[in-house]
Amino acid sequence: MLSQIRPAIVLLVLFTALTGLAYPLAITGIAQAVMPNQANGSLLTTSAGPVGSALIGQNFATDKYFHSRPSATQAQDPAHPDDSSKTIDAPYNAANSTGSNLGPTSQKLLDRVKADVDARRAAGATGVIPADAVTTSASGLDPHISPENALAQVAAVAKARNLPEDKVRAVVEANIEGRALGLIGEPRVNVLRLNMALDALTSS
Amino acid sequence: MSTNAKAQGLFDPKIIRAAALDALRKLDPRKLAKNPVIFVTEAVSLVVTGFFIRDLITHESSPLFSGQIAFWLWFTVLFANFAEAVAEGRGKAQADALRKTRSDTRAKRYVDSKNLSEVIQPVNAQDLRVGDVVLVEAGDIIPGDGEIIEGVASVNESAITGESAPVIREAGGDRSAVTGGTTVLSDHIKVRITAAQGSTFIDRMIALVEGAERQKTPNELALSILLSGLTLIFLIVCVTLWPIAAYSGTVLSVTVLIALLVCLIPTTIGGLLSAIGVAGMDRLIRFNVIATSGRAVEAAGDVDTLLLDKTGTITFGNRMADEFIPVAGVTERALAEAALIASLADETPEGRSIVALAKSRYEIAAPSLPPEATVVEFTAQTRISGLDMPGRVLRKGAVDAILAQSATTGTAAPMRNSGGAGVLVRQATIGDLAPADFRQAVDRISRSGGTPLAVSDSGRLLGVIHLKDIVKPDIRPRFAELRAMGIKTVMVTGDNPITAAAIASEAGVDDFLAQATPEDKLAYIRREQQGGRLIAMCGDGTNDAPALAQADVGVAMQTGTQAAREAGNMVDLDSDPTKLIEIVGIGKQLLMTRGSLTTFSIANDVAKYFAIIPALFVTTYPELGALNIMGLSSDKSAILSAVIFNALIIIALIPLALKGVAYRPVGAASLLRRNLLIYGLGGVIVPFIGIKIIDVLISALHLA
Amino acid sequence: MTFVGWLQIAIVLALVLATAIPLSGYIAGIYAGKDNFLSPVLRPVERGFYWLAGVDETREQSSFLYAIALIAFSIAGFVSLYALQRFQNVLPLNPQGFDAVGADLAFNTSISFITNTNWQNYGGETTMSHLTQMLGLTVHNFLSAATGLAIAFAFVRAFARSSAATVGNFWVDVTRVSLYILLPIAIVLALVFVALGVPQTLAGSVDVTTLEGAKQTISMGPMASQEAIKQLGTNGGGFFNANSAHPFENPNAWTNILQIWALLLIPVASVIAFGRAVGDLRQGRAILITMAILLIVGVGVIYWAESAGTLGLTALGLDPSAGNLEGKEIRFGQAMSALFTSATTGTGTGAVITMHDSLTPLGGLVPLFNILAGCIWPGGVGAGLYGFLVVAIVAVFVAGLMVGRTPEYLGKKIESREMKLAMFAVLIYPMVVLGFSGASVLLKTALDSLNNAGPHGLSEIIYAYASTNANNGSAFAGLNGATPWFNTTLGLAMLFGRFAYAIPVLALAGGLAAKKKAPASAGTFPTTGPLFVGLLLGVIVILYLLQYFPALALGPVVEHFLMLSGKAF
Repeated sequence: MLSQIRPAIVLLVLFTALTGLAYPLAITGIAQAVMPNQANGSLLTTSAGPVGSALIGQNFATDKYFHSRPSATQAQDPAHPDDSSKTIDAPYNAANSTGSNLGPTSQKLLDRVKADVDARRAAGATGVIPADAVTTSASGLDPHISPENALAQVAAVAKARNLPEDKVRAVVEANIEGRALGLIGEPRVNVLRLNMALDALTSS
Repeated sequence: MSTNAKAQGLFDPKIIRAAALDALRKLDPRKLAKNPVIFVTEAVSLVVTGFFIRDLITHESSPLFSGQIAFWLWFTVLFANFAEAVAEGRGKAQADALRKTRSDTRAKRYVDSKNLSEVIQPVNAQDLRVGDVVLVEAGDIIPGDGEIIEGVASVNESAITGESAPVIREAGGDRSAVTGGTTVLSDHIKVRITAAQGSTFIDRMIALVEGAERQKTPNELALSILLSGLTLIFLIVCVTLWPIAAYSGTVLSVTVLIALLVCLIPTTIGGLLSAIGVAGMDRLIRFNVIATSGRAVEAAGDVDTLLLDKTGTITFGNRMADEFIPVAGVTERALAEAALIASLADETPEGRSIVALAKSRYEIAAPSLPPEATVVEFTAQTRISGLDMPGRVLRKGAVDAILAQSATTGTAAPMRNSGGAGVLVRQATIGDLAPADFRQAVDRISRSGGTPLAVSDSGRLLGVIHLKDIVKPDIRPRFAELRAMGIKTVMVTGDNPITAAAIASEAGVDDFLAQATPEDKLAYIRREQQGGRLIAMCGDGTNDAPALAQADVGVAMQTGTQAAREAGNMVDLDSDPTKLIEIVGIGKQLLMTRGSLTTFSIANDVAKYFAIIPALFVTTYPELGALNIMGLSSDKSAILSAVIFNALIIIALIPLALKGVAYRPVGAASLLRRNLLIYGLGGVIVPFIGIKIIDVLISALHLA
Repeated sequence: MTFVGWLQIAIVLALVLATAIPLSGYIAGIYAGKDNFLSPVLRPVERGFYWLAGVDETREQSSFLYAIALIAFSIAGFVSLYALQRFQNVLPLNPQGFDAVGADLAFNTSISFITNTNWQNYGGETTMSHLTQMLGLTVHNFLSAATGLAIAFAFVRAFARSSAATVGNFWVDVTRVSLYILLPIAIVLALVFVALGVPQTLAGSVDVTTLEGAKQTISMGPMASQEAIKQLGTNGGGFFNANSAHPFENPNAWTNILQIWALLLIPVASVIAFGRAVGDLRQGRAILITMAILLIVGVGVIYWAESAGTLGLTALGLDPSAGNLEGKEIRFGQAMSALFTSATTGTGTGAVITMHDSLTPLGGLVPLFNILAGCIWPGGVGAGLYGFLVVAIVAVFVAGLMVGRTPEYLGKKIESREMKLAMFAVLIYPMVVLGFSGASVLLKTALDSLNNAGPHGLSEIIYAYASTNANNGSAFAGLNGATPWFNTTLGLAMLFGRFAYAIPVLALAGGLAAKKKAPASAGTFPTTGPLFVGLLLGVIVILYLLQYFPALALGPVVEHFLMLSGKAF
């Protein structure tokens, strides 16, 4: 039985070196050399510098921009910095990632959605509300919204920016990504890219 | 199959009454501990009874409900006991009939068993010991199992076999064994006792049918483990249900949890398992087969290959001399005379038939044995016998053996492995050494299925004797049946290959082993077993004993020697080799009944869940009423109906357990499909209907 | 449900099958010790490993020694991973400056990764340093998968061989699987992931200023390399808390397809390889078809339930056409989410692209049922195959009696010893899952961890224990498992689920290997063909339904009915 101890330890050490160091470091080296943009997070930049990642969602609170989906990510409560259980809502906190984990029979969920829906109705939304507009994503960092959601926000954004609606709509439609090969993926709009395009429109 | 007066109907009222009492006696927990499923049921029945008494006193919950649950739980246990008791009861009836044959017999024992002088002392049969020699005369009952060492008699064995036609038992040869309890009808015999009182055949037969000391067979053990495992699982399910239900706002009473537990654990098969086993052994005896262990019966169901001795099993075995064919230059009479002398000391039926033919056809007087003559005994290795007289060396035996000996006087040719088949052949062949007419005669005899026996005098070939062998009729269809079950049949014989081939094709076996010595048989069995196959064989001679012992299922003929009967693990009282088909069928039926009822028992649980779970929680979650697909009237009646069904299904299935599931000799795939549909699918559907009916009755009677 | 959705599902499954078939031949070669096209490069490395470790690759081990080796290796792994976590604050490669991981969390995490569960009571980006992620978690992603497949190899040899005293060499099996199967595919997969957008960097995070002028700190790390082996080895432990829902771990539909493909690949290939090893492809095919049916039915149920949406939300004015989007990502869609969810719980991976806690009751019932059954369609790397074979043995035992023969599977008789071991293994699951769940609902500390009240809360607890016991690792993540009670009990559940199952399986292997193989005949119970598939399906459904019906009735089933009647908790 004792004869099994040596192979256990030695193989563990060898594989730790191989798969724990050599493998990830090698992949990192190749990635950084050959595919630096993806390897470093697919960052998007403007003249002011990096404004975000093409893959990571962001929180847009003002009316001038299209809004992302609600996000359930949290951050440390600054009033209680040492108590890890005290957190505050911090949508699109990319140092964290979480969903709401509320089930379909959760009163909390129904209340939260109801509040969001009421807010929208108050802001003038009519008809059915796009589902993704009031539901949180699994990661809390979803960079996309549905085309319906984007189009529903056109009126408010156009008004805030003093632009004609069809111009804004055109920007939206130019940023709708469809299914690759008609089959792979879902119709979606990247909110950050959309807002960057919007800014480019306004500045031009 | 002989008509067995011991057969009785399924519901003999005497047995039922005895079984009912026995069922109560089996409530003793020490007895029930052997059956974990029913033991658990009994334990929880006690608990529920306790709650019932408490309810009577304090009225905490409805005593009518807990009382009925307790009642039906006790009856579940009782029904299970009853099933076992009925099966054992039928077996006991057989045993009692057998015991009657072992009445107090007086035996005539020779005081000095080595030196059979005429001093005889009368003793009780019970006091006989192994090795004693007794004299049994016409009209006497043979006092114990033994071997005839001198004499020949006709014996009435109806006490054992039920067959009233007498059989011949004689010293030497393959029919020297006698069983205690049988009656000598004519002549007298001297018998050496080979089995002490208490371990004779009848004793063993009785032990097999009296379920009390019955040990669990291997497959039964494995199945019991499965059932115990399931019981444990359901115990866990029910115990943990209490806190989970509490979380969901329901407080479950212990009574109701116990009701759920008993419904879930496989009480149906748990209660019927031993009954199935006992009934299987009982069925075997009805077919006049004694097995010395239940293990052998299970192995019978698994048999892949069947080894059958030609002589006595496939053919009638009494090869009779039919004609003397001399070589050129020798007269028939001379051949006959030589053959007669060579067979003088030959006690075998063949030898005697040669003497008889020579006497009758050629009117040769049978000389007595000259004092200087030495007898050369027949051995299976040399396959030659004969007589050495002054001036003459007379030999008769297998053609190739005689020829080989003629070529090299006195010694037999060495054996040589012929390769592939593993059948050892002599170096000399007929073609090399014999004259043409001799060869033709041997060929003719062989091709007609007879056995040629060559005769030589002092190294000179005299001629050949034609021994005729007769194949038993209606053997072909039985072998075809075996083939359909996936069992291969192989004929074993000491004959030469041509003879063997003729008989093999007439009998319809799949393969044959010719010129086989006992070592060949043993080697063949070992080879099959190496290949992972299970092999069964029938035999009756002493030279069959090693092979019978090695085989997985060894069936000895009742008409065989004691050695054969000791070596095998089954004895066929009818001495019918094709009985093996019935034995295989019973073995398979035993396993099939177990499997079908197990499947049924487990499948039943599905419906019981649909009855009980909504009943348990519908007060807290009325929405769960959607699961009440049987539309049971109230939660109490639902639980009670399930418990009642669980109890009644045991009684309902007792006839099936005792009779066994219908067995057909077809392939496994169609068997599986059929049984899966009936017992699997049926097991899921039947309780839905049953529970619903009981529920309707209960609510009509306002019992819950 | 849409036609396009089903087409997406069909394409991924077809891709899996098409690649699994050639891979099965490759795996069969590894199992048998044969050379392959990578041998020129890897054989020297392999031999070097053996030389350093003192392993004689020509010497095989009995099942007992094999088990000892397994235990020794696992203990070594546990100790090293535990130490890594507890000392990560003083070790290098800790750019975020994380503290040492707490004792009970470190215990839980160590057991979790050794057992291929990868249950994470922590969020990776807030707790684990890069060194720990690389040296601890990535390494054990490889090794736990290799260990699982090694055990499966031993078990398959028990059926393939006749009258054998040994079942293989644990060290050889683990080394060969890691070097020849896991590492090469992981390397390729990792690079493809990077190309498709998965980051791979040693930086801790990057700060950006949003268009609105706010600051966003984006966590980074060497995640492509971990992602590849996480899926390939059916581990499931994500770099981030949101696992494969996180846009960095799974940026787009292409990476998603690759992730599903990767997690199904080796389990499916192993089943086909099993058929090759016993010399009858139909045996493997029968098992694979059974697994496929159970998997695809599950996909269908989830897809249907999630597309129907949540009644309560639709009543508030939400557009029902997109279905239930709470806890889902836009870029994947309902069809792929359903496939991922079913596949991840059918295999024992446990990675998620949708939050299982937010699934509809019936949508959540499927992953729960999958893991209650032990994740055996097609199951984790190795563990799925031997898990399924144990169930097949029980099924063959009961049904085999019905054809009038002593039950036998692949020519090996199933007798008392086999039943004892099989029942022991089968018993572990309900004992652990129902036992711990029952205890938890009685304890305030456990109930405080719930994120949902009512039946959904019960589901959270049962799911947690079922997931850890089956070594899956997914969760109804609302449950806060980072408490001493849950860290300990979930850790024990993982331990039992892996070893109290694997040890009996190895004992079974030893006994079966020593038996003689009986040849098939017209009287043998057929273990190929539609009848056997039907039997397996029936046994599996009934067996697990019987054990868990009450718990399921009080959890997802009643929740479904309550949802339909509009109740909320």
